[in-house]
Amino acid sequence: MAETPPLSPVEGIKTRSRHLRGTLVESLADPVTGALADPDTQLIKFHGSYQQDDRDIREERRLQKLEPAYSFMVRTRLPAGVATPAQWLALTDLARKYGNGSLRLTTRQAFQIHGILKRNLKANIAAMNAALVDSIAACGDVNRNVMASANPLESALHAEAHRYAAQLSAHLLPNTRAYHEIWLDREKVAGTPDVEPIYGDTYLPRKFKAGIVVPPENDVDVFSQDLGFIAITEKDAADTRRIVGFNLVVGGGMGTTHGEPGTYARLADVLGYFDAAHLCAIGEAVLTTQRDFGDRTNRKHARLKYTIAERGVDWFRGEVERRSGVTLAPPRPFEFTSRGDRFGWTVGTGGRWHLTLRIESGRIADREAAAGQPAAPRWLSGLEAIARIHTGHFRLSPNQNLVIADVDASARPGIDALVREYGLDIHATARPVRRDALACVALPTCSLAMAEAERYLPGFLDALDLTLRQHGLQNEPLSVRITGCPNGCARPFLAEIALVGKAPERYNLHLGGDGLGQRLNRLYRENITEPEIIAALDPLFARYAAERTAGERFGDWVWRNQLVKAP
Amino acid sequence: MTQPLPIQPPDTPSRLVREQLLPLVAGLEHSDLYWLAGYAAGLAQGRMGGAVALPAVSAATAAAPVAATPASLTVLVASQTGNSKRQGERLLAAATAAGLNARLVRAADYSLKELARERLLFVVISTQGDGDPPDEARALFDQLLSKRAPKLPQLHFAVLSLGDSSYPKFCAAGQIFDERLLALGAQRLHDRADCDLDIETLATPWIHGSIERAREQFAELRIATVTPLRGATVGAPQTAAEHASGPSASRESPFAAEVLAVQRLTGRGSEREVYHLELALGDSGLRYEPGDALGILPRNPLESVQAVLEATRLDGDQSVTRDGITLPLAEWLTSRLEITQVSRPTLLALQERRASAALQELLAPASREALRNRMLRSQVADFLRDFPADWDATSLLAALRPLAPRLYSIASSRASVGDEVHTTVALVGDGAASRPNPGNPRWGAASRFVATHSVDGSMPIFIETNDRFRLPRDGTRDIIMVGPGTGVAPFRAFVQERAETGASGRNWLLFGARSFDHDFLYQLEWQAALKQKTLHRLDLAFSRDQAEKIYVQHRLLAAGHDVWDWLQNGANFYVCGDATRMAPDVNAALLQIGRQHGNLSDDSAVEWLAALTAEGRYLRDVY
Repeated sequence: MAETPPLSPVEGIKTRSRHLRGTLVESLADPVTGALADPDTQLIKFHGSYQQDDRDIREERRLQKLEPAYSFMVRTRLPAGVATPAQWLALTDLARKYGNGSLRLTTRQAFQIHGILKRNLKANIAAMNAALVDSIAACGDVNRNVMASANPLESALHAEAHRYAAQLSAHLLPNTRAYHEIWLDREKVAGTPDVEPIYGDTYLPRKFKAGIVVPPENDVDVFSQDLGFIAITEKDAADTRRIVGFNLVVGGGMGTTHGEPGTYARLADVLGYFDAAHLCAIGEAVLTTQRDFGDRTNRKHARLKYTIAERGVDWFRGEVERRSGVTLAPPRPFEFTSRGDRFGWTVGTGGRWHLTLRIESGRIADREAAAGQPAAPRWLSGLEAIARIHTGHFRLSPNQNLVIADVDASARPGIDALVREYGLDIHATARPVRRDALACVALPTCSLAMAEAERYLPGFLDALDLTLRQHGLQNEPLSVRITGCPNGCARPFLAEIALVGKAPERYNLHLGGDGLGQRLNRLYRENITEPEIIAALDPLFARYAAERTAGERFGDWVWRNQLVKAP
Repeated sequence: MTQPLPIQPPDTPSRLVREQLLPLVAGLEHSDLYWLAGYAAGLAQGRMGGAVALPAVSAATAAAPVAATPASLTVLVASQTGNSKRQGERLLAAATAAGLNARLVRAADYSLKELARERLLFVVISTQGDGDPPDEARALFDQLLSKRAPKLPQLHFAVLSLGDSSYPKFCAAGQIFDERLLALGAQRLHDRADCDLDIETLATPWIHGSIERAREQFAELRIATVTPLRGATVGAPQTAAEHASGPSASRESPFAAEVLAVQRLTGRGSEREVYHLELALGDSGLRYEPGDALGILPRNPLESVQAVLEATRLDGDQSVTRDGITLPLAEWLTSRLEITQVSRPTLLALQERRASAALQELLAPASREALRNRMLRSQVADFLRDFPADWDATSLLAALRPLAPRLYSIASSRASVGDEVHTTVALVGDGAASRPNPGNPRWGAASRFVATHSVDGSMPIFIETNDRFRLPRDGTRDIIMVGPGTGVAPFRAFVQERAETGASGRNWLLFGARSFDHDFLYQLEWQAALKQKTLHRLDLAFSRDQAEKIYVQHRLLAAGHDVWDWLQNGANFYVCGDATRMAPDVNAALLQIGRQHGNLSDDSAVEWLAALTAEGRYLRDVY
């Protein structure tokens, strides 16, 4: 006799929330705590914010009989990661005024401001909106920020991809007015209840991630998305390359849970090709299928990847075709040749210039040099100075880097001078492994982190570099990603070498991803410390240096030699 | 006789219950609800002529409290990711299904006091990181492992421990808990199970096994506690007679109290250092009431002693005799004489040796204000340095007055903390973090003594009774407490006392400090008190968190309508803290409230406050 398991508690919170209002207004007004009431901590995610606390001082404050040092992270909704200089300046101001003095570029091409106190949260969100940046659905059980390739060479194609990403983002936006009422003081319209034609009253079972990739670059890691689109391009009559349609890919996802073998990372399946005009209809069909069939009883089993894995790709294709009224054609051929960013200046279509800067872990902050050390880069001030003179736009790359896009040749010297003045040219000097590495935020603010990530990345890369140099490998491309937990924000399971946090200073070591985001890595050693990680890699590097074939990447070599086994 | 109830209760309550009883019950704490459940069950059983004949409950005894709750199983859950919670819920369900009277409590909501009363306890606990307990159990863990943990001879227990064997300290938290309970004298009802990621493999047999054991044990406990519902006194609070008995330490012969805790209360971003001090009264026989003060006999700061020796160029090792007592000079300056505060007789003695025109002028009646300001900023060594003179050790001792004890409002209720006394101490000194002056720190004698005291040692103390600052005898009376800064200390005692004695009157606290983030003294305790409804209202004034300065008197005025209502309704009004600015500002705010909300004239507002004072309802402890 099979019992129906109860819905997860978050489902109840959503149901009772009156379309994401809950008691947020009362929680914000409660002066006794810097936190929200428990159910509201779930709901505020849909408004683009997480409640966090400074975990470095959590224990100290407990002893001091003080509550944790609560603060809020606000994440923007920024389709394709495109921002204007005016938006950049406004966000910089807010980072200084309400945040912790830094901006963070995420692996999904959004901005995050960390460290906002509850009493400043409303003012911060209102000011963001005044600068035409919102945070609606940037987190929560909804379609998150829609990604798109940041390729600077094909400016026209990028503009198209951006437009499609914005269209999809707008189409899949929740309809509730809760955000406008709570943060922007818009009046309640009496007698007109919110209706969510796409989401329904309880939204999705879990987060939902969408991205558009323009081959040959797989910078968005399209196979990690719940809903991915591989752009298919053709030259038109005027010999301009345009997007004519997409291969639909579905059911990718990174998040896993330690110790729960029922959870796993999964690559998305390619379902078929459709004409570009159907983008929103197809996106909505995929989303509503997951809305109706996703697991609402267990949040660790609630992503689209499990629905598809358990019900089958053919069933899913049928649902999508039925709901969208679009018949999918066989997938069109495509090829990915790289996943990284093109650092430095590049010239794109129309003779416009683009400068891609390396931003380690996406953290834009003014660094302070240690005593006796050369001046440290001042990212926040430097990019602010550039935003003041820049007339084009900014593109946040899916690799946490930044493209200063659409620059006239005559404006290059001015930007170059600022890059030098503020020390922003590490892309020119850093080794490949350091240029391409990713890390999530983790400690001290992320409540899920079990180990360091962003703060540990530089130190780990130093140790790794030492070992690579011993084997003459320091100039080889190598994809390294660190996350503080197995939820996968920095897409660790697609790296050649991944460290996935397990406990303070302990990580699971994963090896064997390819360099293109088309193969998942596998667990190589469990729950080990840095010396053990280096000791595990050192003999592998020695063999790799001796045995590799021409152009063979480390991850491919590991895979070919079957050094990582299926679980 | 193990039938819990002779009849099946109906699925829905009667209209009488729905409309009249349920609203009353809604605000009760779980301990009250358990009492009520047992009480009602007894009534029902009596009326139905159940197997156990309970005495009829007459109207006169209906409200008498029951000694102990009916024997019951407590499932204590300490969970980080939810696994322990799930197992705890399985355990609870299985126990209930087996006919046990069981409840589930989260570790964050559980105290040693409850543990000390517990008979049957099942613990489900996971291990985090480096062998740590879940966050919600940290406070309980600290208490349990401390030397204050009670003996637990009455307790039967069993521990279900969850962990991940890929970590070095697999299941360490459960192991520690299990062994600690045993060490405290409790009896292990069932062996601990250390579950790995495949939790159910061990958890399921453990749940079955431990419930079997509990059922055997439970029958016995149940028979032992099905006793008449009336006339119970076991476990009742100590009587007034006990309070009054026992010898007391005094200023003259202080008690050396063991220091249990010196804990900074202000966060690292604060400009002030405020400390929470916990002392053991042990077998001293010392008794106190909320409102009383704690006297501390400090040792003067080393820096101040050295400054005096340097300014006088005297040798601290030389023996000096005063009043028939011979001690090294440095010891006189450290433990016997006042050197952090300057007194007029000391300055007169200085003038006698030095005959300085400047000092003469400063001592003149016209310079009174200037002298007072200078004395507030200075310590004895500053004057000795500014007006150098030839000193011998004996003359110096004669010029100094005896070291006075410092008094601090007691921040605890004995009903809540037992044989301990707590207080709240703000570090005084221009060497404090906000005003670093490393070359010549001027610390307050006792606050520095407390702030730097080690937890192992002891501290000479006595109790200073203060009958003018007492809770109303009538527990149904409301109270309003205004206590910014360390002025909040006695109100911690008040709220503890009123919670323990079950006072039904409402408690309203107005607290203020510089910043919410760093200076919210006892924040977690106030939050818990609000949740438990032992504090009914908390108004906060943080002066530096916004452009305009907001103090408690502003909050008082903003809430003027309610303040007036409460006072008209018979509430007592308490003020503790700064006497120079805060207390007059609060007084002015009260007058304003009388005029505005009571339509009183200027004169009658003053009379109104005077009448409140005369009735003992407007009480101040300001300094």
